[in-house]
Amino acid sequence: MAVTTLTGAPVAAPRRARRGAAVPYLLLVPGLLWLVVFFVVPMVSLASQSLQTGDVDNGYTMTWNFATYADALSTYWPQLLRSLIYAGIATLLTLALGYPLAWFIAHRSGRYKNFLLVLVIAPFFTSFLIRTLAWQTILGDSGLLAQIALRTHTDFLLTGFKEGLKAVGLINNDQLLFSPFAVICGLTYNFLPFMVLPLYSNLERLDHRLVEAAGDLYASPVQAFRRVIWPLSLPGVVAGTLLTFIPAAGDYINSVLLGSTRTVMIGQVIDAQFLRVLDYPTAAALSFILMLIIVAFVITYVRRAGTEELV
Amino acid sequence: MAGHASGDLVLSGVSRVYDTFTAVDNIDLVIPQGSFFALLGPSGCGKTTTLRMVAGLEQPTAGTISIGDHDITATKPYQRNVNTVFQNYALFPHLDILDNVAFGLRQRGVKDWKPKAMEALELVELAHVAKKKPTQLSGGMQQRVALARAVVNRPDVLLLDEPLGALDLKLRRQMQIELKRIQQEVGLTFVHVTHDQEEAMTMADTIAVMNAGKLQQVGDPGTLYEKPESTFAANFLGQSNLLRATVKGVSAEIASLDVHGIPMTVPAASLPGGASELWLGIRPEKVRIISEGTEAAGLNTLRGEVTDVSFLGVATQYLIAMPWGRELTVVQQNDGMPRAALGSNVCLGWVPANSFVLDASQDADAGAQLVEDE
Amino acid sequence: MAWLRRNLVIIVGILVMIYILLPNLVVIIFSFNKPLGRYNYQWNEFSFDAWTNVCGVPGMCQSVGLSLQIGLIASLTAAVLGTMVAFALGRYRFRGRSGTNLLIFLPMATPEVVMGSSLLTLFIAMGIPTGRTTILIAHIMFCLSFVVVTVKARVASLDPRLEQAAADLYANEFQTFRKVTLPLVLPGIAAGTLLAFSLSFDDYIITNFNASPESVTFPMYVWGAAQRGTPVQINVIGTVMFLGALAVVVIGQVVSSRRNRKVA
Repeated sequence: MAVTTLTGAPVAAPRRARRGAAVPYLLLVPGLLWLVVFFVVPMVSLASQSLQTGDVDNGYTMTWNFATYADALSTYWPQLLRSLIYAGIATLLTLALGYPLAWFIAHRSGRYKNFLLVLVIAPFFTSFLIRTLAWQTILGDSGLLAQIALRTHTDFLLTGFKEGLKAVGLINNDQLLFSPFAVICGLTYNFLPFMVLPLYSNLERLDHRLVEAAGDLYASPVQAFRRVIWPLSLPGVVAGTLLTFIPAAGDYINSVLLGSTRTVMIGQVIDAQFLRVLDYPTAAALSFILMLIIVAFVITYVRRAGTEELV
Repeated sequence: MAGHASGDLVLSGVSRVYDTFTAVDNIDLVIPQGSFFALLGPSGCGKTTTLRMVAGLEQPTAGTISIGDHDITATKPYQRNVNTVFQNYALFPHLDILDNVAFGLRQRGVKDWKPKAMEALELVELAHVAKKKPTQLSGGMQQRVALARAVVNRPDVLLLDEPLGALDLKLRRQMQIELKRIQQEVGLTFVHVTHDQEEAMTMADTIAVMNAGKLQQVGDPGTLYEKPESTFAANFLGQSNLLRATVKGVSAEIASLDVHGIPMTVPAASLPGGASELWLGIRPEKVRIISEGTEAAGLNTLRGEVTDVSFLGVATQYLIAMPWGRELTVVQQNDGMPRAALGSNVCLGWVPANSFVLDASQDADAGAQLVEDE
Repeated sequence: MAWLRRNLVIIVGILVMIYILLPNLVVIIFSFNKPLGRYNYQWNEFSFDAWTNVCGVPGMCQSVGLSLQIGLIASLTAAVLGTMVAFALGRYRFRGRSGTNLLIFLPMATPEVVMGSSLLTLFIAMGIPTGRTTILIAHIMFCLSFVVVTVKARVASLDPRLEQAAADLYANEFQTFRKVTLPLVLPGIAAGTLLAFSLSFDDYIITNFNASPESVTFPMYVWGAAQRGTPVQINVIGTVMFLGALAVVVIGQVVSSRRNRKVA
């Protein structure tokens, strides 16, 4: 899983270079060539496209037109900012929900551990789109949630919940669906496993004796969490937040299927500019900006968190 | 809190039962304040469970634990003035050495934690690595950090859970002496759990021998070794030769025994009350190989054939086959006397007061295999 | 109260599990629905119609077929290329190791929309028409890193003494690889390939950038259907995928635990 990437077993010190120093390069060439041609070169092509002028019919020429960036930013900054905010909220929510779940699976689930892990991963294997569409069924005006509330006479809870959401501006009218709330709910749901798995693999390795030692040295359970468990789980937290935040910031499936015109995220804009408006330079510029923001975020975040386990 | 009079650690009627398994079975124990106390027994005997109950990491299913007149049975580990040196040290990998040692002090809001922690590091001679991380230290150094981290809190009782188990032999010997020095310096009550009888005898003032959740015998190392009260203690602490014996007669001073038809004596006072079938025990180094015709009066003597000679350096160990089939182990100091040859017939003798007697209803091999396993 | 505090983490854990599984449950239940209109959002009536007539909606089964085909080719190609890279990284010290690691890591840290759009600009610039081939190229690209990472972890955890023991017992390098190394790494390769397949089968964003109206994959079909009204058959496919994945994982677990038991 993606998880192993970031938290995975520390790479064992590679063993002696054997005779035939060419062997590793021969093994690398096909795979790396593929990545260079179809990942690195397209990035260059993207950067170059963003600086060209012209149109689809008459072709493009390189004019080093940086004005595209300024125009793109001034027009689409709300969508860009919204993407980062939604992704940020969803990441915090996945952390808040994923940490207890990962702890539960790692330390309290006994012989159901493997079974629960399978259940966390299993949704991965079902279509992302179909599962996201299911939230329409759940959150809709006469959807599952409303039905359950009605049948169990707990609709006052649902109404209260809606009032709360309205108060913080996550829904605009009485509709749960097609609102910022629905988009964030979908993002949180879709990327939760990406948070749970690295946290789980980190928490599972936690040495229980360290927790006991903290207790022995006068730390209450809350203090033991703050001073021992949390700092030790930071690599898992960092990996999980990155794995959640990055795809969430670029995602637009949730905002299209669960949101409205007022929840448009940057991915949606890039998609539309490329495939419908056919304004390639603007689309490329926005794509490149998103990439730069993500890279800057990853670098500062990893530095701050002080984990070198990544990469 | 440092140095306040705390009192003895008292366990009364303490048991710990897991589902169907009784790990600790109704233990009564008084550990005097300021003593170096060892809980000795094979793995699985319940000694670590006992320790964890004192630490508060485990709840007894019955009985009470108190320090002085303060009942601590129901308190949480972090509320007890008890600290542990964990088996694999359990040093916090994300904190440096100083922060590890200062953890308990800061947790309790001690203001001058820094000088105190440094002082504790000086006690274990590690002040120079205060800023390093635990993984940068050798096993022996980590062990001393773990000790400093516990000692610095001046607990009423300091618990050591197989603290030297992960060290190699030479380092272990060194640390045994070190630990004893530190205990005498700080004057705290040390409770030391170990399966290594030599370690227990070297360090502790008092040893409690445990087996299968029960206390076998409590006493100072000398008494435990010279006068074991069970075959388990006799075999687990050092080696013993156990000979089947029947009481023939008892006078005021001497009891006469029959060992496979050979008459022997033991001091009458050492007889366990009531039993007429006995194990006569004698430690290998107490048995002498004596030249023909020089048997002194009053010695118990046996004859046998040398079946094995092993040179141990400081001593030589012989296996001598008895006429009834069993082999006796005999250890002779290498004091320059000629060694007995393999296959030769020899005469063995010992002073009756150097032997001990046990009730024959016990298994002669109890505790013997366990020593081999470790 | 004390009970609640002690079991709080379990209660929260179970609630979060429900949150994770609820949509799958909805998908399964609504695969038995007989909706009134074109939208399968409200429960109407229990029926097996969609199950007995899976391919009854035009285009859907073709899209599933295309997705299976692309998933199979992409995951197998990525598995071969990725395993080779994983061995190079796990086994050898060479110049450019950290650069290689970075190149493997980057695609996983890039938002899909960026990868999809950048590939599209390349294809546009080179005048390559999008379609089945371009989708395959893209899928192999983003699957590669995941295979490398999964297999590398397995290679790195391999005890080097096993290979030394094989060499000691007269196996040459090729025989050692075939009889010792490969069988031990195989579970990692299998896991990586399975992961790659599911990523490929499920991808919408990157695919959508590099597809043509003639190459509609299953996710693209679902996307289109979501705008026009979703046929119940989509839920049938979703249910089959979920249960199939569950079965594969459970069987894998049983096989490996049984094998372990045999060893033990």
